[in-house]
Amino acid sequence: MTTKAQAPAEAGGKTGSGDAAASGASPVMVLLAGWLFPGAGHLLLGKWIRAGLLMLSIVCMFAIGIALQGKVYTPNTAEPLDMLGFAGDLGSGLLYGLARVLGWGQAPVLIAVADYGTKFIVVAGLLNVVAAVDAHSLANGRKRS
Amino acid sequence: MTISHFSAVLLFSLFTSIVFGITQRDEPKKMLRFGALCFALFVGGTIAASWAMWLIKH
Repeated sequence: MTTKAQAPAEAGGKTGSGDAAASGASPVMVLLAGWLFPGAGHLLLGKWIRAGLLMLSIVCMFAIGIALQGKVYTPNTAEPLDMLGFAGDLGSGLLYGLARVLGWGQAPVLIAVADYGTKFIVVAGLLNVVAAVDAHSLANGRKRS
Repeated sequence: MTISHFSAVLLFSLFTSIVFGITQRDEPKKMLRFGALCFALFVGGTIAASWAMWLIKH
């Protein structure tokens, strides 16, 4: 399940010579954009279809989690599992900030589907991190296309 | 909002497979194939695990 990675020289030049060179965005900026908003990293690289599909998948997953009354974790609860949940939620970037500001996901989890909702929110965050790292790999030439 | 357990499995599998397909392969055709494989494994694995739990209980 590993991505076929190439050495930068094989990929066509020096470090940072991936798609970022063509788009003018630095790999770090692509990584940050991808983390802050799902699909934004690929959008900066001009990969519209991938960006759209990633945004649709991650935002829908997060929204379904909220609609199912899933829990949005907060920091400093002193519970190890809650801290892991918080780390996963944080992967959603601005979506997590929006949920905290608007007070979403604060109700206690009482039914099974609400627990599914909690998992949807955490997995949306983790998938967003995977997508942001993928955009970073494209930007620095580690991933071919 | 309320959805059935199976709908939750389908939605979870669909969105996760799309992200896995795009991020783990580097050509569109391979992305599609890997995404479809992930979806089938997620759904099939869940159904197999459900039957296994049913058999353990009975």
